[in-house]
Amino acid sequence: MTTTLPPASGSTAPSPDPETPGPAGTSLFRDAFHRLRRNPQAIAGAVIVTLFLLVALLAPVLAPYGGEELPGRTHITPTHIPGPGELPDFVLGLDRFGGDLLSKLIWGAQASLLIGVISTAFGLVGGMLLGILAGGFGGWVDNVIMRLVDILLSVPNLLLAVSIAAVLGQGPYAVMIAIGVAQVPIFARLLRASMLSQRSADYILAAQTLGLSRRTITMSHLLPNSVGPVIVQATLTLATAVIDAAALSFLGLGGGRPQTAEWGRMLTYAQNELGIAPQLAFFPGLCIAITALGFTLLGESLREALDPKSRQK
Amino acid sequence: MLRVIGKRIVLLIPTLLGLSVLLFLWVRSLPGGPATALLGDRATPEAVARINELYGFDRPLIEQYFIYMGKLLQGDFGTSLLTGRPVLEEFTTRFPATLELTAVALAFAIGLGIPLGYWAAKHYGRWPDHSSVVLSLVGITIPVFFLAFILKWLFAIKIPLLPTDGRQNPRINATHVTDFYVLDGILTREWDAAWDAFLHLVLPGIALGTIPLAIIVRITRASVLEVQNADYVRTAKAKGLLERTIRNRFILRNAMLPVTTTIGLQLGLLISGAVLTETVFAFSGIGRFLRDAIFNLDYPVLQGFIIFIAIIYSLINLLVDVTYSVIDPRVRVQ
Repeated sequence: MTTTLPPASGSTAPSPDPETPGPAGTSLFRDAFHRLRRNPQAIAGAVIVTLFLLVALLAPVLAPYGGEELPGRTHITPTHIPGPGELPDFVLGLDRFGGDLLSKLIWGAQASLLIGVISTAFGLVGGMLLGILAGGFGGWVDNVIMRLVDILLSVPNLLLAVSIAAVLGQGPYAVMIAIGVAQVPIFARLLRASMLSQRSADYILAAQTLGLSRRTITMSHLLPNSVGPVIVQATLTLATAVIDAAALSFLGLGGGRPQTAEWGRMLTYAQNELGIAPQLAFFPGLCIAITALGFTLLGESLREALDPKSRQK
Repeated sequence: MLRVIGKRIVLLIPTLLGLSVLLFLWVRSLPGGPATALLGDRATPEAVARINELYGFDRPLIEQYFIYMGKLLQGDFGTSLLTGRPVLEEFTTRFPATLELTAVALAFAIGLGIPLGYWAAKHYGRWPDHSSVVLSLVGITIPVFFLAFILKWLFAIKIPLLPTDGRQNPRINATHVTDFYVLDGILTREWDAAWDAFLHLVLPGIALGTIPLAIIVRITRASVLEVQNADYVRTAKAKGLLERTIRNRFILRNAMLPVTTTIGLQLGLLISGAVLTETVFAFSGIGRFLRDAIFNLDYPVLQGFIIFIAIIYSLINLLVDVTYSVIDPRVRVQ
């Protein structure tokens, strides 16, 4: 993952779209956006992600019941949990505790979005800070930071997140921080590699010749031209963050009460009901997979759109 | 070659030392400190003070670290709070199970992934290609534990074909020599035991191997696509070489480079995945033990297991690089 990006004013890109002004002068990101619009994979990803965002944001309006409400408690027996279509009031049926499955899925989207976005933002900011320090300063700063990154990368990602969450105690914040911290080394290494590959570019030399300060060169020349791969990785990381968050709460690190609406936790409790109510595992699992698919599709199309190799095609 | 390997192993030492410092500090920052973690509910102030004195938690941090490192270098990783047995022993008795599971998962992923990826590339732009691209995308985004559930539900509840819990049927009276159950069965010629242990590996193996499978399919496909139009392949075709020769000696050999790296990178994923898979299938390897350790804050186990896993993980990465230079002589020259 050391895709190098050309300077921001891409002049090589032919633009078959008649609406766009000529190829000269279009920025890399505008160019990428046009390419995204023509890619069915990107559209599919964008639709899934938008849908997920809407459901998460409009959860209070969309969900028939509250996230922790147990409106169907009286319908539950030890051997029977009503499934989809059995009760008119509960479209997808109930869970073990008497919660409405549909409502919990909707509220679960909100929980996943929060954890996914906050943890990725955390990882992104932390990783970019380290990456800028390492890539901008070089020398011993670079050495120290990269050794630290090596140490963190010597432990498998999810395991790292699990260990951090174990220290922080159980709860949604612990999960967010744990997943975020586990992402830091990935972003740091990526941004550093990307910056290093730009450092010897002509425009950097030009900026140095003009006598610009190191800070100006790093922040307004090096960084904007190196950030492409990081944006791609962040989109793809959102997918992993949603899956990892579910994995952590599946393992019981999410804290809260058993009936909390969270996809990973719903799977934990579905485990014991697999024989009588497989839908309790099926729906939350499907939600996690589809959300992750959406972010992955979007991230991969972004990668393609920003990749100079595919620009020439 | 040997010098390169030696250098890499030497470089591994500062990384592992750094990790040991981090882990050491990590345990000291556990909520309530290590003594409270040790005692759990029985943590009265007097008991905490006694434990602190007994284990030296009241001494300066630097001194504590050196004592801890000294023990580590002698192979003393402490004792598990849960079982009371040495951490090293807990690891060595459970690791074969995880290794067996990982081997099955990897065999499934590689054995199916490379042919599928090749097949997709051969039919570029047609249905085998499209379906393998879509399936591999689904394979990447499906959570391991969800897939494990689906398999468990399908093959244990709907069509009871395969066992879903444990490593072997407890009714089989198997002799265990190596703790690799399948191997044990073969060594002692207890064929039914070996077969039963293998059957217990099928579902967890598939669950664990699906993500690596999906990734291997994608990389193989992309890599074959890039290689199959190379000049030397065209030349080989023009020379009238057999399709099989072209495939094995020209296309696959060159396409395997990125695939090797990818397979190596998957191993970290497999270890993380093992924690989840072993939990769902009640499979007693290091993954499941780690999960129990997390819950009970069994910090000597967590500390020890993470160091072991980091060592194994780093050695595997080294092995991948070595394999790389075996496949590609150009890497060796550099």
